Amino acid sequence: MSESVVDTVSHQADETLLDVQDLKTYYEGGGLLGGDPVKAVDGVNFEISRGETFGLVGESGCGKTTLGRTLIQLETATSGTVSFDGTDITELSGGDLKQWRRNAQMVFQDPESSLNDRMTVGEIIREPLDVHEQGTARERREKVRTLLDQVGLMPEHYYRYPHQFSGGQRQRIGIARALALEPEFVVLDEPVSALDVSVQAQILNLLEELQEEFGLTYLFIAHDLSVVRHICDRVGVMYLGNLMEVGPTEQLFQSPENPYTRALLSAIPEPDPTVQVDRITLPGSPPSPRDPPQGCPFATRCPVRIRPEDIEASDAVWDRIREFRDVIRERSRAEQSIGERLKERLGFDTALADSEEIVEEEFSDVTLPPAVQEHVEQAATYLSDGDPDAARAYLREVFGSQCDTETPQYYDVDDGRMSFCHRHAQEHVSPGDELRQRGYDTHDG
Amino acid sequence: MSHTEDGEPLLAVDNLRTVFHSDREEIRAVDGVSFEIARGETLGIVGESGSGKSVTARSIMGLVESPGEIREESSIRLDGRELTALSEKEYRSVRGGDIAMVFQDPLSSLNPVYTVGNQIIEALELHRDMEGAEAKSEAIELLRAVGIPDAARRVDEFPHEFSGGMRQRAVIAMALACDPDLLICDEPTTALDVTIQAQILDLLQEIQTERDIGIMFITHDMGVIAEVADRVAVMYAGEVVEQAPVKELFANPHHPYTQGLLQSIPGRNPSTDRLPTIEGDVPTPHESASFCRFVSRCPKGFDECERVHPAHVEVGDSADHTAACLLYPEDMPTDDTVTQHEANADQTGAEADEALSADDWPAAKRNAGEDTSPVGSDNSDARADGGHGHSAGDTGGHSEGGDPDE
Repeated sequence: MSESVVDTVSHQADETLLDVQDLKTYYEGGGLLGGDPVKAVDGVNFEISRGETFGLVGESGCGKTTLGRTLIQLETATSGTVSFDGTDITELSGGDLKQWRRNAQMVFQDPESSLNDRMTVGEIIREPLDVHEQGTARERREKVRTLLDQVGLMPEHYYRYPHQFSGGQRQRIGIARALALEPEFVVLDEPVSALDVSVQAQILNLLEELQEEFGLTYLFIAHDLSVVRHICDRVGVMYLGNLMEVGPTEQLFQSPENPYTRALLSAIPEPDPTVQVDRITLPGSPPSPRDPPQGCPFATRCPVRIRPEDIEASDAVWDRIREFRDVIRERSRAEQSIGERLKERLGFDTALADSEEIVEEEFSDVTLPPAVQEHVEQAATYLSDGDPDAARAYLREVFGSQCDTETPQYYDVDDGRMSFCHRHAQEHVSPGDELRQRGYDTHDG
Repeated sequence: MSHTEDGEPLLAVDNLRTVFHSDREEIRAVDGVSFEIARGETLGIVGESGSGKSVTARSIMGLVESPGEIREESSIRLDGRELTALSEKEYRSVRGGDIAMVFQDPLSSLNPVYTVGNQIIEALELHRDMEGAEAKSEAIELLRAVGIPDAARRVDEFPHEFSGGMRQRAVIAMALACDPDLLICDEPTTALDVTIQAQILDLLQEIQTERDIGIMFITHDMGVIAEVADRVAVMYAGEVVEQAPVKELFANPHHPYTQGLLQSIPGRNPSTDRLPTIEGDVPTPHESASFCRFVSRCPKGFDECERVHPAHVEVGDSADHTAACLLYPEDMPTDDTVTQHEANADQTGAEADEALSADDWPAAKRNAGEDTSPVGSDNSDARADGGHGHSAGDTGGHSEGGDPDE
C-alpha cells in the first residue's frame, strides 16, 4: 500500500498544496491606551508543494510559530489569504472550518506540556477521533493501536500515562495524535528541540518514515539550522515577521544571498574544532515587533546596510553611529513609559545619563569626520532637550538610506530562490561583494 | 595544561561521587568523576540530560543539598584548597568569590523585583567591600565590560526590561563582579538564539583572555563544544567515559558513546538520508558501577561489558586522551584488556565492596534496559524506577482491568 502512496506523491510533487499570499497576523495591543499592534507576521508570501517539507527558521520572536499557527487557523489572520488545495481557509468558519481541520494538524514543541497528564496515552491519541466522531468506539480503539505501532510504541502503552514516558516517547505520542485524523498537512513546531541529540535523531527518522508512508506535507518550524538542513526540501528564513529568503535547502545553505541568512548561518557553531569560521556576529537584538523599523526589518543590525552617499566615514565610525542610533532608539522606547514621564513631571531624577556622556561613551575612541560630528552633536542637543524621538528622527534623516525608509522587494536570486534585500537591485553592490569589501570572509567559498 | 607554580591545576576534581537518597534507593548522579582545569583553560563537559553534568557543577559550587550528598571519598581542590571539607559559611566566600556560575536561564538567576544594578552591587558589597557610589560606578563598568550599551541607564532597569541576550550578559557581569578564578557555565547559551549565542560565546572568550580564568563549560551542543573548549570530558550516566583535547576528540573519538553522539548530529552528516541513532535513553544509575553503564545501548558491547567496570585507559595518539571502555587499549586482544580492566576495578576496591553480589546484578541490569529497541518498555521502566513511585506495570495493569474492552 505504501508503494502506491509514494507513487502518487512523486506524481504530485510539484502540485501546490498551500499558497500563502501577503499574510499578516497582528496581535492587537490590549490595555487602556490600545497602543501599536504586535506585528508578528507582517506580509509573507510562499507556497508549499504537496509532499514536501518546508522549513521555517528564525530567531525567537520572529513570528515563525505565529505563522505556523495561522496556517492551520489556530490564529486568525489579520489580512491576506491562505489557500489550501484552492480553498481560502482564512474565510472558513463553523462547520466548514471544523471539517477542514482534519486536514491540518500540529505537533508541539514541548512534549512535557502538550499532553494531558490525566489522560491515558490511548485517550490522548483517540481524542481527535472522538471529537470528529469517526467510526465506532471499537474502530477508534483499533485505529489508536495501529497508530501506536506506526510511531514505534507498543500496543500495551495504550493504558499508560504520559509521565511514564521519556521525552522522545512523549513526542511519539504527540505525533500519533496529530496523525489520528489522517491529515494531509502537519505543522511541526520545533518537534525535536526539547530532546537530546541521540533521541532527536530517532524522532527525525520517524518523521521522515511517516512522511513517506502517508504522503504527508510538513511545515517544519525550527531554530536549529542543522536539523532543518537535514530534513527540509525548501526553507524560508524569517526575521521580524518577514520572510527574508526562501529557496531550496541545499542551495540556500551553500550560498545564502540575503545578508541576514548569511549572518544566521555563520553563527551556527560547527561541530568541528578544526574549522575556523569567520563569523558575522550581529550586533544587538532584534527590534520589537510592536515598533519595527520603517524600511527593511533587518536594517538596524544589517552588516551591509546601504550608507548615504553624502557622508564619508570609516567602517569603525559607521559601527559607532549604528550603536549610537540603537541607544537613542532604546531611549525613545523607554521614554514612553508613563512612570518615567510622571517622575520627570514631578521633578524626580529619572536617572538618565546625560547626553554628553552617551556621546562620550560611544565615540571617545574614534575620530569623527566634521560632518558626522556635527550631526551627532545636533542629535545630542535634541536628547538633552528631553526629546529622544526628535533625536531618533534626525539621525534617521541624516544617516539613513533606502534601507531605513523603503520596504525592499523580493528579488529572484537563483533558481526558485527569492531574497528580500535592496542590495539585489541593479544599482547596488550585491550583499556578498559588499560583505567582502567590509572585511568579512563570506560563506561562498 | 599550564599549572601554577606549585604544580597544582586551578581546579582538581578527584573521584567525585554525589548521590541522592530517595525512599527506595539512592541515585548516583555523579559516580567517580575526575578532571582538572588549568587557568586560562576551558574544559567542556558534554552529555545528554541525566548524565550528571549539572550535578557535577553544583557539587563544585557546594550547592548540593539534602537529600543529596557528596560522598566522603570525593575531593574537590581549588588552587590546592580542599573544598569538600569547608563549612557552609566558609563555602559562601568561595561561591561567588573564587568560583562563579552562569546558569542556563538568565531569568531564574536574576531577581525580578530588584534592578539589575542592585544585584551586581549586592555582589560587590558582599565580596569586594564596595559601597554606595563606588559600587554603582563599578557596576556600570561591569555592564559596559560585558557589552551592554548605555550602561549608565541600563543599570537602573529591571531584568524584564532586558532582552534575553542582555540578561545573560548581566548575569555574566554579576559573575565577574567578584573577580572569580573559575567560571562555571551551565548551558549558558542553550536558551538563546544563535546570533545571540554567537555574541555570548565571543564575550566569554574575551573575558577568559583578559582575566586568565578557568572555565568549565557544560553543554549538550557539540557545535558549541567544538568552538569553546580546549579539552572535553564526555559524561554518561554519572561517569566520564572519555576525555581528550577537543581536536583529538572530534577527529578520533574512541568510546562507542562518543562515536554515536558525534554521528547523530545532523549537521555533521548533511548527505546521509537517515541519521544514525543511539537507541534507548540514558539509564538512571542506581547501583554501583560493576559493569559498563552504556552496555544496553552500545553497538559494540559484548558479554564481559555486563560484568566488568571499565577503567580509564590511554587511547589514541594524544597524551591526555583517555576512554573508559573494555575495547581498549587497542593493541591488546580483548581477553587481555578485560583482565586488565578487571584488575583495575579490584584495586579501586572500596567501591566494589559494596557492590551488589554477582547473583544480584544481572537481574538489576535487566531492569535498566535489556531491551535496546528505541521504544521498548525499558525507558518507562527506568523512569518508574527513577522515583516515579509506581512502576509502569502497576498502573498499566490497573487501567487494563478497568477497561471493558480488554
